[in-house]
Amino acid sequence: MGKTLAEKVFETHVVDKPFEDLWVLKLDTVFCHEITTPIAIADLQAKGMDKVFDPKKIKAVIDHVSPAKDSKTAEQGKALRQWARRQGIEDFFDIGRNGVCHALFPEKGFVRPGYALVMGDSHTCTHGAFGAFAAGVGTTDLEIAVLKGVCAFKKPKTLKIELKGALPAGVYPKDAMLAVISALGMGGGTDRVLEFSGPVVDSMSMEGRMTLCNMAVEAGGTSGICMPDTTTADYLWPFIGPEGEGLFATKDEALAEYSKWSSDEDAEYDRILGIDCSTLEPLATYGYSPDKVKPVREMGEVKVDQVYIGSCTNGRIEDLRAAAAVLAPEVRKGRKVHKELRAILAPATTEVYAAALREGLIEIFVQAGFCVSNPTCGACLGMSSGVLASGEICASTTNRNFSGRMGKGGMIHLMSPASAAATALEGRISVARISAAKKGGEV
Amino acid sequence: MKKLGGKVLFLDKDDINTDELIPAKYLNEDSKKALGPYCLEDLSAPGFDRARDLPGKGAIVSRANFGCGSSREHAPWALEANGINVVVAESFARIFRRNMYNCGMVAAELPKAVIEELFSRFSGQETVMELDAEKGEILFSSTRAGILKLPLSIGEFELAMVRSGGWVEFAAKRY
Repeated sequence: MGKTLAEKVFETHVVDKPFEDLWVLKLDTVFCHEITTPIAIADLQAKGMDKVFDPKKIKAVIDHVSPAKDSKTAEQGKALRQWARRQGIEDFFDIGRNGVCHALFPEKGFVRPGYALVMGDSHTCTHGAFGAFAAGVGTTDLEIAVLKGVCAFKKPKTLKIELKGALPAGVYPKDAMLAVISALGMGGGTDRVLEFSGPVVDSMSMEGRMTLCNMAVEAGGTSGICMPDTTTADYLWPFIGPEGEGLFATKDEALAEYSKWSSDEDAEYDRILGIDCSTLEPLATYGYSPDKVKPVREMGEVKVDQVYIGSCTNGRIEDLRAAAAVLAPEVRKGRKVHKELRAILAPATTEVYAAALREGLIEIFVQAGFCVSNPTCGACLGMSSGVLASGEICASTTNRNFSGRMGKGGMIHLMSPASAAATALEGRISVARISAAKKGGEV
Repeated sequence: MKKLGGKVLFLDKDDINTDELIPAKYLNEDSKKALGPYCLEDLSAPGFDRARDLPGKGAIVSRANFGCGSSREHAPWALEANGINVVVAESFARIFRRNMYNCGMVAAELPKAVIEELFSRFSGQETVMELDAEKGEILFSSTRAGILKLPLSIGEFELAMVRSGGWVEFAAKRY
């Protein structure tokens, strides 16, 4: 019997099985942010264990509230900053050099095929896009992860999700993932790794794969995972090739090495879910859970107060391109976002922001009347920079539509960046003109 | 081992998420205790009145996929700050379940039919739960509905966490 990629990562990283079905894995890297880490640091200090297992393997960022919005969040930033200095953590990304963790760390080349990694954040599953086992954990698990470089898991089963066909014009990885979550339900992937495969994934960029894996947790999944391929090697090349760490002389060498991080043909899956993407259309959520999904066409007249484009789900450069491609033709005609709504763009990282400037995208957003914010998680979880008032409705490219998530009494409809841009123009949930926007997001 | 359980809060809803257990706007608090007053602030569940129902409780009985969403350990901490150290449900989200045991608290699964029986027999009455992790037993009682004793299957790891007080105590010595 063959093995799945996730099983291979488990078997190569296990250092202890203290109890039946509890696998303690050696971690290749541990990521930290300012919301869930400071209490772990304080607890380690109180216990006289203020150390880290390896400062080179720990990466830290201030991202959830950046810049600080009040004294309490400033203290959280300070706690993380001082800890990084004290422990000699060189890869610490402070305000101005930062970005949303699950966009920033891949961009820095910190995630590699075959890695096992954790972070005190549920969307850590994003990093599985590189062929890694990446799981969100709580503060206690994080505390031991930074101290000892290990984390314990029940060995997850793997659920294979085959995305067949091809995405039609106007339909994006976000739509495909909403269809997956709708099919699985919110608990359908619990204690499972969600392995994405099929022609749609094969032809998808790393950004698109990260969008898929990012929302694995919305179906309860422990990690998303995709097989490393040439797209993965191309993305990582600046870090692994001769210009970077020099791990490989050629991409073929890298691919040969990474190919071992693939599921075997005869691997055993808990379940196989096939979705024909050719028949998909733009989707959005309704209600207060991410598995409540229907075609935008069937949403009816939903007047929107705020449009939000950003987050670890859809704040990457491709997402900005797709939204700008919808806006650009209208902006050229002098049109702006609907006068009865406000629209916010938060590029996911400083580098995404810089690329969007270089490509002229920021100008399109500004001319359209978007408030262009700095990189932060902010509004996605209702902490800052775009919190809703009671009774307000937001069309958002984020990942959760829970009641109160973006502000008490607010309602969130999740959708793709292209759909969010169309909605911003129309003032109600809409996909007008998105299939006409040039493929690849050219503006 | 510390006393587990107490007066029961029945929450008749699937998919109660960690944003409902503790909204993100309070994640800037720097102590676990400070979270107490905000626990369940955004929860809307059939028959649930926070001001009336939360004070004095020691345990929760709920439905499927309890604790889904964010990884925030602030969720178990907010429960603990209110004196709640056991949640019994049909199923749990992975991270929440682990966070509970990592803190030496209990997230116990019972079959759907048993949860249904608990709701129909005990909810709406003052009900007390006592959980004995060593014996693998949960006891529910109320004046009107009497006593219901149920077997609890608790894993080796989970029992070790309840005994040791959590993962830090266990792992810091072992690794």
